[in-house]
Amino acid sequence: MLTFIGLGLFDEKDISLKGLEAIKNADMVFAEFYTSRLMGSSLEEMESLYGKKVNLLYREDVEISPDWLAEAKDKNVAFLTGGDTMVSTTHVDLRLRAKNLGIETKLIHGSSIASAICGLSCLQNYRFGKASTIPHPYTSSRGITVISETPYDTIKLNKEHNMHTLVFLDIDKDKGYMTINQALSLLLQVEEKRGEGVMENAIAVGIARAGSEAPVVKAGYAHDLKEDDFGEPLHILVIPASLHFIEAEALVELLGAPAEILEGLDD
Amino acid sequence: MAKDKMVDRVAGIMGTPEMIRNIGIVAHIDHGKTTLSDNLLAGAGMLSKELAGNACWTDSDEEEQERGITIDSANVSMVHEYDGKEYLINLIDTPGHVDFGGDVTRAMRAVDGAVVVIDAVEGTMPQTETVLRQALKEHVKPVLFINKVDRLINELQVDGQEMQIRLGKLIDHVNKLIKGMNEERYKAGWRVDAAEGTVAFGSALYNWAISVPMMQKTGVSFQQIYDYNKSDDPNSIRELADKCPLHEVLNDMVIRFLPSPLQAQEGRIGAIWHGDKTSPIYKSMINADPKADLAFMVTDITMDPHAGEVATGRLFSGSLERGMEVFVSGTSRKNRIQQVGVFMGPKRLEVENIPAGNIAAVTGLRDAIVGSTVTTLEGMEPFESITHASEPVVTVAVEAKHMKDLPKLVEVLRQVAKEDPTLKITLDEETGEHLMAGMGELHLEVIAHRIERDKGVEITTTPPIVVYRETIRGGAGPVEGKSPNRHNRFYVEIEPLEEGVRDLIKAGEISMRMPEVERREKLMEAGMDKDEAKGIVDIFESNIYLDMTKGIQHLNETMELILEGFHEVMKGGPLSKEPCMGVKVRLVDAKLHEDAVHRGPAQVIPASRQGIQAAMLMADDTLLEPYQKVFIQVPQDQMGGATKEIQGRRGIIINMTSEGDMTIIESRAPVSELFGFAGDIRSATEGRAMWSTEFAGFDTLPANMTAEIVCGIRERKGLKKELPQASDYLSM
Repeated sequence: MLTFIGLGLFDEKDISLKGLEAIKNADMVFAEFYTSRLMGSSLEEMESLYGKKVNLLYREDVEISPDWLAEAKDKNVAFLTGGDTMVSTTHVDLRLRAKNLGIETKLIHGSSIASAICGLSCLQNYRFGKASTIPHPYTSSRGITVISETPYDTIKLNKEHNMHTLVFLDIDKDKGYMTINQALSLLLQVEEKRGEGVMENAIAVGIARAGSEAPVVKAGYAHDLKEDDFGEPLHILVIPASLHFIEAEALVELLGAPAEILEGLDD
Repeated sequence: MAKDKMVDRVAGIMGTPEMIRNIGIVAHIDHGKTTLSDNLLAGAGMLSKELAGNACWTDSDEEEQERGITIDSANVSMVHEYDGKEYLINLIDTPGHVDFGGDVTRAMRAVDGAVVVIDAVEGTMPQTETVLRQALKEHVKPVLFINKVDRLINELQVDGQEMQIRLGKLIDHVNKLIKGMNEERYKAGWRVDAAEGTVAFGSALYNWAISVPMMQKTGVSFQQIYDYNKSDDPNSIRELADKCPLHEVLNDMVIRFLPSPLQAQEGRIGAIWHGDKTSPIYKSMINADPKADLAFMVTDITMDPHAGEVATGRLFSGSLERGMEVFVSGTSRKNRIQQVGVFMGPKRLEVENIPAGNIAAVTGLRDAIVGSTVTTLEGMEPFESITHASEPVVTVAVEAKHMKDLPKLVEVLRQVAKEDPTLKITLDEETGEHLMAGMGELHLEVIAHRIERDKGVEITTTPPIVVYRETIRGGAGPVEGKSPNRHNRFYVEIEPLEEGVRDLIKAGEISMRMPEVERREKLMEAGMDKDEAKGIVDIFESNIYLDMTKGIQHLNETMELILEGFHEVMKGGPLSKEPCMGVKVRLVDAKLHEDAVHRGPAQVIPASRQGIQAAMLMADDTLLEPYQKVFIQVPQDQMGGATKEIQGRRGIIINMTSEGDMTIIESRAPVSELFGFAGDIRSATEGRAMWSTEFAGFDTLPANMTAEIVCGIRERKGLKKELPQASDYLSM
């Protein structure tokens, strides 16, 4: 049996009771933290809470040669990830591989940034469209730098349908955690190149360290937020479509957005 | 005249492009190019007359003087009076040995005209052909100087009439070459013609020359030339040199018949720059406008112990000044120009300003390499890269003799690679060895020597190793390449690239920089299918990548990653990690993950790479080995020893001609068999053979040798000993 367990948002205490029990009953525990990680915790703190050794897996172990899967043929194996399990699409592949090996699988959910974001940003859940990730720019060996325009396209598409966009920020082994500042500056670079107005005078909501005791959440114009300091990672970003009056009021009153965004809203 | 005075005169003319000639002197090895350059310097008062002829002043490298050959191109600016007016001649001397052919190509980019030197006795030789071809390709106009006419008279003992017939034949042959290489230019007046004055004869050693215009001016006839040379009185030849000084004849010819930058740049820009012809920068380059944006092409980089890296090149537009901030193609940082100067023999003299149309030397271009475009116009389309006639085919591994020198060695290797773009330095990740690939055994010996002598790092080098090429003989596909996360898939087909397209790439006639329509037409003329010609997304060495898909979302921003995978395979094929050639890859379908982070470099590069690797192994991947043409000139009685040396090296004799008691052997042999040839031919012919080599392309290995050679390479590179299978590259 292979049990996928989501650990929640910030530290080892965000796990569900059900998840914790499953770990305690497991014969072996594996975890990967390259798609997301619990910033408020360490492997040692998790191990001491679970009373178990946690085997850390790297990208190669999950994607290229997941030999460890075989352990689940006759043992109870727990596979841990940050946030909610299976939100990172790449893990579906593991379930498929497990099925091929005749291994049963089970999911235990955790709190996810995808829902936490609605709470923190004061934006309404049913108005979110497709999510997108901003990757770090890539410079090829012949010196050509590629900035992905997919996030810009996604925001554009969502805005056309009057939907907000949740923007995940890249976590890279070498290039580090992308910050809200880097992300906004990349989006504005694409805007400058494409000139389609998607990010022109756009409002953005930046969120840092969701799930911690002191998350930072700020709303404002993208070009202003780009200069703000959000502190330690992880960061995440929302680019809202046009705002419902309650949303607008919350952004101004709770998240420091400029009052002028209230002007011209129908109420 | 003192050199500092000369610099004032040079600076005075620099701003008047009509009065400038940028020229190169090109020749086969030992036909007397350097002697000629020194002669011209002496004529301009920059070297004493007594020294000219054997001072080899332009050979500024100690090693050049030792070996008696020119290795690097040296540059000189000098002033010459013609028709009562002063002209500025910027001269680049180029090496003749084939192992240094790369320098000739680069020098041709800087100049507008070339003096082609041939030996009156030996006639046109293989390198004459090569350099002439390079000149014509760069749109550089030739004039001809037939050197060593004294040898014709005194060694071959021909009479006056025979002399004229022989010279006439030489000219005809050169014209045949020009016509064969570029008929259009030939018809447009690039034919060399003694009667017109585009041919001169003489002896650089004895400082005299003659041309038809000079005969008219001085009244000296052919018969008199003959008599002067025949005379036993040593003063006789000096008298001839006084009447018809070489530098005057040559410089007159250069000024009268070779184009000024203003005349030349229109034709040349079209050949070496493929940007928008309606843009302001195009217009300012055509007009050599000194007030417009800067367009400077770097053709040479040397190290100066005081000033650091000195970049020499041709200024096509704008003016170079100290303190200027410039963009260097291929980098994003700005560089600041520190010094601006011209060359006076081995010395570089600083000037305030160099306007368009000149050859200039600048410091401060930290990011420039040979071939860089330097400009003040952000985003300027760079000049076409310089294509080399020869390719690196021999490698040695370099190690520092003392461990402590390792960091210094790394820096020195970076420097020599910057100075000599035909040299390829790579680090073997597995063994930690630094590999140095060059055009021949001698080329690498010279570089190794230079590292020890000039850069002061003691090194050891391994015996030379041949660099093979991988290619495919069949087709395969579609083959699926999967990303590690299995969310992205690429389907490629592969087949040998059409011969005609390969030739276009080799000749530098197509590139990804030229306008799409023009490229498509050329490709179709060369036999490529229309859809393929439209789908071309990259040319890497002589391999191409085609995108045959339609309307796949996100493919655009993924293409650079796909191509990175393609480049990795083309730099080292699946069979033996040797560079690939003649491979055509067609991307026929792709499946991409919705989110950009799941189709990043870690996913797409291996997927693209492995698909191509598997496809190559399925398409009858094999090795090609490099060949060289070997020309040997040997006395008849030693001929047997020479031919035996070739035949014993899997070589074939292509042609044999005799000239007096000398035999000229033209042959072809694999590079792998030619190591140590220098010593062996010397002992086989009692040191009487003169020989030269030229790169002659690649050919299939004999079938019975392939497996052994592949295994040898794999073992040397620390690869798995078993031959790879396609399945090794196809993940589950």
